Amino acid sequence: MAINERLSGNEAVSFAIKQINPDVVAAYPITPSTEIPQFISQYIANGEMTTVYVPVESEHSSMSACIGSEAAGARSMTATSSCGLAYMFEMLYIAASNRLPITMAVVNRALSGPININNDHSDSMGARDAGWLQIYAENAQEAYDNFIQCVRIGEHKDVKLPVMACQDGFITSHAVERLELIETDKVKAFVGEYKPEKYLLNPDEILAVGPYDTPQYYMEHKKAQTEAMKNARKAIKEIAKEFEAMTGRKYDMLEEYRMDDAEYAVIIIGSSAGAGKEAVDELRNAGVKAGLIKVRVFRPFPDEELVAALKKVKGVAIMDKTDSFSAAGGPLGAEVKAAIYGKVDGITAANYIYGLGGRDVRVEHIKQVFEEIAELVKTGKAPETYKYLAIRE
Amino acid sequence: MKDNLMKNINPETKWQDLTPGGNIYASGNSAEFKTGDWRTVTPKFIEEKCKQCLLCVPVCPDCAIPVVDGKRLDFDLDHCKGCGICAKVCPFDAIEFVKEGE
Ligand code: SF4
Ligand code: SF4
Repeated sequence: MAINERLSGNEAVSFAIKQINPDVVAAYPITPSTEIPQFISQYIANGEMTTVYVPVESEHSSMSACIGSEAAGARSMTATSSCGLAYMFEMLYIAASNRLPITMAVVNRALSGPININNDHSDSMGARDAGWLQIYAENAQEAYDNFIQCVRIGEHKDVKLPVMACQDGFITSHAVERLELIETDKVKAFVGEYKPEKYLLNPDEILAVGPYDTPQYYMEHKKAQTEAMKNARKAIKEIAKEFEAMTGRKYDMLEEYRMDDAEYAVIIIGSSAGAGKEAVDELRNAGVKAGLIKVRVFRPFPDEELVAALKKVKGVAIMDKTDSFSAAGGPLGAEVKAAIYGKVDGITAANYIYGLGGRDVRVEHIKQVFEEIAELVKTGKAPETYKYLAIRE
Repeated sequence: MKDNLMKNINPETKWQDLTPGGNIYASGNSAEFKTGDWRTVTPKFIEEKCKQCLLCVPVCPDCAIPVVDGKRLDFDLDHCKGCGICAKVCPFDAIEFVKEGE
């Protein structure tokens, strides 16, 4: 029987890590992810985990320690937020290109400045091209479920890439929700033991990790990396199926909410999908054919799934909880438009920047977005390249 | 991906046949990694002038002057970088330099 609990997102992820009992956790505290290393330290101090905790002096070091221990053959995990993730930047690329399946809990928070500790996606979106998988949760249940699946996905033999399991800072990480936990023996059986083919601590084989790559080889190694990212799509789906068989909870690259006959849609990531679904319900009650697409997996990008989901849609609003400062919109906006270009006919696609630095996103905001795209479709006007939602001006 | 030793990997190797992240499944194999192609000038050994004083051997940063039975042999051009230090120390003008390709 599943365990009924009430936990915050941070507690849920920490509990998942306790159940998995990885070989190594190396982490440095930063708001709002601080509780994760804190809870794990307590579990270890209480004798509830046998994980080696490496208390490091920075996030650059926490990621370096994870890289070293993962290469040594140890299942390694960490957690971070915001500037901590930014401080790892160099090492994120090393982890991915050395093909080390580290699992990292990212508790999304705005990057400074102006200094701000609240939620948006600028931290992980800034690291979107580092070669990590990125899977985003809407709530604590998903944060827990995703984290457990992320371990398997990253370690899959056709993938071997590190994974960020993202949840929204404070909104998800600190709000206490009711959720269903999986029994520890089932979690352990699901993730299995980490058995890398090659690892540094194997006394029977020689291995050197991370050598210099000359121009004659670098591009071929990048090709192998990009193919691994493509393979991740299949692994994500397979592992989601297994997870569904165990828990009854269904996961995919996207979640489509009332999209079957939708004429208008919003595409959104993370906790704001909750307000979005409420807006969809209210609009549906008023006779508007509204729907929502929640991007669960951002890396690898769900391009084919988005094309399929948008085929019959007249107008779509793509919601970015970060600005890429390209002066042409946010990263989700750019990538969705690129994915549907030439594949979805006659759709009006607007890009909104919303919820930066913890700005509240309410049901009426999302309803306003639906109204605006419906108006654009009706008048045939082209949308602005991108716009800030509910900005004072 | 195949478990290639480094010697099986060369600039013709396809991406499918490289090891993950360029990992190397052997040790003590740096001699197999040919670095001489960085060279723009090439030392020329003029054997008749050489007195076998061996002053050139220890100054080579790349161990590119092989010694067998107490005698130096011709340059190991797979690893010589053409830095010119050996020519500078040779008291007997037994090392000359030519531009690569000449
Ligand atoms: S320094 Fe000159 S003379 Fe002496 S061993 Fe080298 S090449 Fe020969
Ligand atoms: S040129 Fe430099 S690298 Fe080449 S043999 Fe002489 S000292 Fe060594």
